[in-house]
Amino acid sequence: MHVFTDPKNFDAYLSGFLWILKLTGASAVLALLLGVLLAAMRVSPVPVLRGVGAAWVNIFRNTPLTLIVLFCYFGLYSTLGLNLADSLDLNNYWLGVVGLSAYTAAFVCEAVRSGVNTVPAGQAEAARAIGLTFTQTLRIVILPQATRSVVAPFGSILIALCKNATIVGTIGVIEASSVMKDLLNENGDAVIPIFLVFAGTFAALLIPTGYLFGWLANRLAVKR
Amino acid sequence: MSSSSVLYDHPGPRARLRSHVLGVVFAVGLVALLWWIYSKFDAAGQWESSLWTPFTEAKTWTQFILPGLQATLEAAAVGMVLSLAFGLLFAVGRLSEHWWISVPAGAIVEFFRAVPLLLMIFFIFYGVPFLIQGPVPAFWAVVIGLTLYNGSVLAEAFRAGIRSLPGGQSEAAYAIGMRKSQVMQLILMPQAARAMLPIIVSQLVVLLKDTALGYIVAYPELLQRGVNDLAANYGNILAAAMVVAVIYIVINSLLTALAGWLDRRTGTRGARSAKRPRLAATAGSAPEGGTTATNPQG
Repeated sequence: MHVFTDPKNFDAYLSGFLWILKLTGASAVLALLLGVLLAAMRVSPVPVLRGVGAAWVNIFRNTPLTLIVLFCYFGLYSTLGLNLADSLDLNNYWLGVVGLSAYTAAFVCEAVRSGVNTVPAGQAEAARAIGLTFTQTLRIVILPQATRSVVAPFGSILIALCKNATIVGTIGVIEASSVMKDLLNENGDAVIPIFLVFAGTFAALLIPTGYLFGWLANRLAVKR
Repeated sequence: MSSSSVLYDHPGPRARLRSHVLGVVFAVGLVALLWWIYSKFDAAGQWESSLWTPFTEAKTWTQFILPGLQATLEAAAVGMVLSLAFGLLFAVGRLSEHWWISVPAGAIVEFFRAVPLLLMIFFIFYGVPFLIQGPVPAFWAVVIGLTLYNGSVLAEAFRAGIRSLPGGQSEAAYAIGMRKSQVMQLILMPQAARAMLPIIVSQLVVLLKDTALGYIVAYPELLQRGVNDLAANYGNILAAAMVVAVIYIVINSLLTALAGWLDRRTGTRGARSAKRPRLAATAGSAPEGGTTATNPQG
């Protein structure tokens, strides 16, 4: 464990996981908003909206995240000159957030859409019968009920998002996996402890998150 | 999409008009956005023919894209076979009646599911060479990483499949005198594999997509050859990225369509397809117990 008693390495370890948490937090919020919006578009009566929603999901769900993140860097930043922050580190961070959210939103959209499916059709029919419009039906009747069945998939999406945040290391954010790579190269005599500490931290973060969402999903499940 | 009309009334003249107006407004906005991106790319000289003509030359395909695609498919194929074997082994292990088998098997599956794939690949590629005093080929770093992660996910899928079977199946098998291994091999596994087929196929799509992580450890797969190496020769990184993205999207869409077809096929026969009206048409239905298959990993 001598590797982590060195304050320099320990700080690198902490800042690596801090980047992971920051990437996960910002992307989770953006992906949730965008994903619900996309899901609403996909079930809407307007064909153009449905088409755009479907195209988004098919494009982003079927492209490797590595490619999306690279494209954010070379396309949005290098070519389109999109500058999201003054410092290079922060700019790369926000580019990573854009890529992660665009990718994750596709999965959120599909989860919400399956959640909408679990609401009995009678609910929507009753809502229409009392004269609610499409947006009212969705907002007041369907989505609040769908939320309950969407908790479990959201849990696994959030966990996957946190793990996917390591891929943003490709465009220069010094997150946990990049820190581990450097530590491995510098400390050839302690590769197993280094791996176990990094992997263990992820496990300690994510396994309880999984159980928490499982518990929440059970508690909130509608008994039909 | 016709079934989604449960959510809104059949449109009358006003609703149709409103929907048309909204559609047109949105389409105009979309075209404007695409035009803005197009002109920005144009200003940056990204539509120069010199960047795109390489894709009409046979050399580009035979030297970069096709060998890259082949390496991607090789890693995916080996990874698929190994992770199916890993998944079967650990699913059976976790269901074992002996705690000294089921507890370690469960711990291993939980651990590898929680660790990011990239972290594992880095450990195998940069860490293991110190342990074995020799280099690990990038191919095996990618394949072993893929196997451990996807195998663990598949183990959970198989386990959920076995547990979803009616208890009468194994009771009947024991009643006619089968041994434990026979019950598992002849009765439970074939039914579980069929019930879980769509989930298994969609996890294999995830696996194929995850081979792109090989790019980070310089395994010469599609992303490495088709984007990095190609762009190093022609300076057309965005053009190359778009072409490669299209290739990935086509392959994965085909596999996803296969998964959807399998889902419909198995769904109409088995008892597990409850006939309930659907509010919105969904491509991949949410599997019971196996939300992991929709994992957006990689």
